[in-house]
Amino acid sequence: MPRLNPDNLQRALDLIALYPQPRSALIPILHILQEQDGYLSEDGMNHVGELVGLEAVEVRGTASFYDMFHFEPVGRYLIAVCTNIACMLQGAYRLLEHAEERLGVAPGGTTADGMFTLEDAECLALCGNAPCLTVNWRFFGDVDPEGFDALTDDLRNGRLDDEVPPHGTLIRVRRSVGLAAAGPTDEATPQSAEVGADVDAGPAPHRSTGPAVELSTHRTTTATNVVDAAHLEGRQ
Amino acid sequence: MPVTDAPKIVTRRLRQDRSWTLESYLADGGYQGLRKALTMTPQEIHDSVNTANILGRGGAGFEAGRKWGMLRQESPVYLTINGDESEPATFKDHALIEGDPHQLIEGALICAYVIGAAQIFLYVRGEFPLALERLQAALNDAYGYGAVGHRIFGSDFSVDIVVHPGAGAYICGEETALLESLEGKRGYPRIKPPFFPAVMGLYGAPTIVNNVETVSNLPWVLLNGGDSFAALGDGRSKGTKLLALAGHVKRPGNYELEWAKVTFRDLIFDPRLGGGIRDDNNLKAIIPGGVSSPWIGPEHLDVSLSNEAIAGIGSMAGSGSVIPMDHTTCTVRAAWRIVRFFHRESCGQCTPCREGGGWLEKVLERIEAGRGREADLDLLMDICDNISPGVAWPPAQTTICVLGPSMPPSVAAGLRMFKDEYLAHVREGRCPFPPDRLPRRLARV
Ligand SMILES: Cc1cc2nc3c(=O)[nH]c(=O)nc-3n(C[C@H](O)[C@H](O)[C@H](O)COP(=O)(O)O)c2cc1C
Ligand code: SF4
Ligand code: FES
Repeated sequence: MPRLNPDNLQRALDLIALYPQPRSALIPILHILQEQDGYLSEDGMNHVGELVGLEAVEVRGTASFYDMFHFEPVGRYLIAVCTNIACMLQGAYRLLEHAEERLGVAPGGTTADGMFTLEDAECLALCGNAPCLTVNWRFFGDVDPEGFDALTDDLRNGRLDDEVPPHGTLIRVRRSVGLAAAGPTDEATPQSAEVGADVDAGPAPHRSTGPAVELSTHRTTTATNVVDAAHLEGRQ
Repeated sequence: MPVTDAPKIVTRRLRQDRSWTLESYLADGGYQGLRKALTMTPQEIHDSVNTANILGRGGAGFEAGRKWGMLRQESPVYLTINGDESEPATFKDHALIEGDPHQLIEGALICAYVIGAAQIFLYVRGEFPLALERLQAALNDAYGYGAVGHRIFGSDFSVDIVVHPGAGAYICGEETALLESLEGKRGYPRIKPPFFPAVMGLYGAPTIVNNVETVSNLPWVLLNGGDSFAALGDGRSKGTKLLALAGHVKRPGNYELEWAKVTFRDLIFDPRLGGGIRDDNNLKAIIPGGVSSPWIGPEHLDVSLSNEAIAGIGSMAGSGSVIPMDHTTCTVRAAWRIVRFFHRESCGQCTPCREGGGWLEKVLERIEAGRGREADLDLLMDICDNISPGVAWPPAQTTICVLGPSMPPSVAAGLRMFKDEYLAHVREGRCPFPPDRLPRRLARV
């Protein structure tokens, strides 16, 4: 039954070491668990509880406060259509209705083939590109019904696999350095390794918990269009 | 008013190629503010920040320097940066974290140096994975560069930074809820007093919570001096302000402008800014400072976008989000959607917020659906009055935090400004604004 796999277990331990109290690492670890399995399983939550010193019920009780966590499997792609005020003013409900028809599910539902889960979301902070949506929390702005169809086709055919991995991308956010302020003699910091070679070495050696995060940030999503597409103008 | 030539303090790098990388940051004088800070005493920097009079950019508008001065000198002190940005139609911090994460890191480090923070936590909304990815990568690089960690740039100052993701809860933007969340708990706002985390914050220790934009100003202030910052803007509203313009304008987006030097008219109609209302429609109303703020009408177009001026007309500048709505907007539907948001996001600790929100949402929904009664208008005001006695702004509070009292303004302002529209819904038994875009199936909350 799903518990954290060895790599993710190591990441969880590294996270715990970053905080004055282990419980603070709970939510970051739950993100890792969710991206491993697609949802938070009972066994997984038990495992996380053991790690941070909480009863399973405390883990679940905390996780259930947060909208991003799911306790049942969801579709490979979680499509969250923002219907909040700025998007609503630009026709978000028409987009949501189109999505419902296209996918054949109501908000909260998952398509029979397990591909898509649809959500009626609150503001995603991409209001300059309204109406907008996220797929596994990757942003797509200025989405019209045709754009929605093209997007779901691309997703189905795996054309966006790099940008939109299943179940999210938070798992790619990997810290390369343990706590370092106390200095090189502090044995409480996680095991060491040098940071990426392309980085100009600073005056003090820092410890690393593994390879620097593999970034795909050159493949930006439309969120930066807020900046790129003349939106950040003012008066240049 | 003409739009001024004020420098872009927090956004100037955002248009550069790969602006989020260390390379790009260093090419533009990155980390020079921190280097300079480390040659000064914390008190000297604190004085300079007081001179700059940086109002908190998270919504409450409290002076950053004054907040830092409230710390009792006990150890440890923590610094937490609020990057939870979830206020509807606010999207400025999102752009700052994604586009210039090193500026945020540098600003946080300067603040940490002044307050003697033992550790810094950057709390970023969980729904921003790209921002989290870039911020973590920037932090990894900043460690390697020697800007974070042990003996920063060879000085005696050491501090660690941790990037912490949220997990989807608007209420965690409220600073005490944020701290609960950071402790690994449900995001319930804490009962006040103590009013300030500076007295009792993370793990019970004194903690400073500042907004992303607030601290992103610090590198510039260090390099250019508090006076130069204070020379911009007017009154209490100093420096520049990043305004998030959304809704029915031709050119929505983030605009960094000298604070208190533009009016709503400039922001909405200047061709270099909002460029006017879409389809050249008529402007009906403006939500001037985030959806918690009372709406204002076109008669206030010439009010300056400063904290004081907007407060002077009974509303607030809030988070810096401005939403113009054109004449095709159904104000019942708009109020319904705003109330629905707050109801969904209520943490449920206080009855007026938890129950009142649901009542407002249901009553507005039935008016919009053509099933309302005339008495519903009074009922709405009565519920508002129960959530926030007197329905005034700034609001009286019967609740632990101001999420509850953020519900009445859009209802009360709508009823005051557009009562006929509410009555038309009731009398005609339908929404007079075709096409009706209310969802056929409302998602269950
Ligand atoms: C319901 C609610 C939501 C809030 N959301 C945010 C937010 O997303 N980001 C933010 O910086 N401040 C938010 N605030 C304000 C914070 O409580 C706090 O005042 C702010 O982070 C302090 O930073 P500043 O002084 O630099 O503005 C919120 C407040 C409330 C009551
Ligand atoms: S006002 Fe609402 S959100 Fe704030 S503490 Fe009370 S119930 Fe929770
Ligand atoms: S209102 Fe839709 S992203 Fe903000």
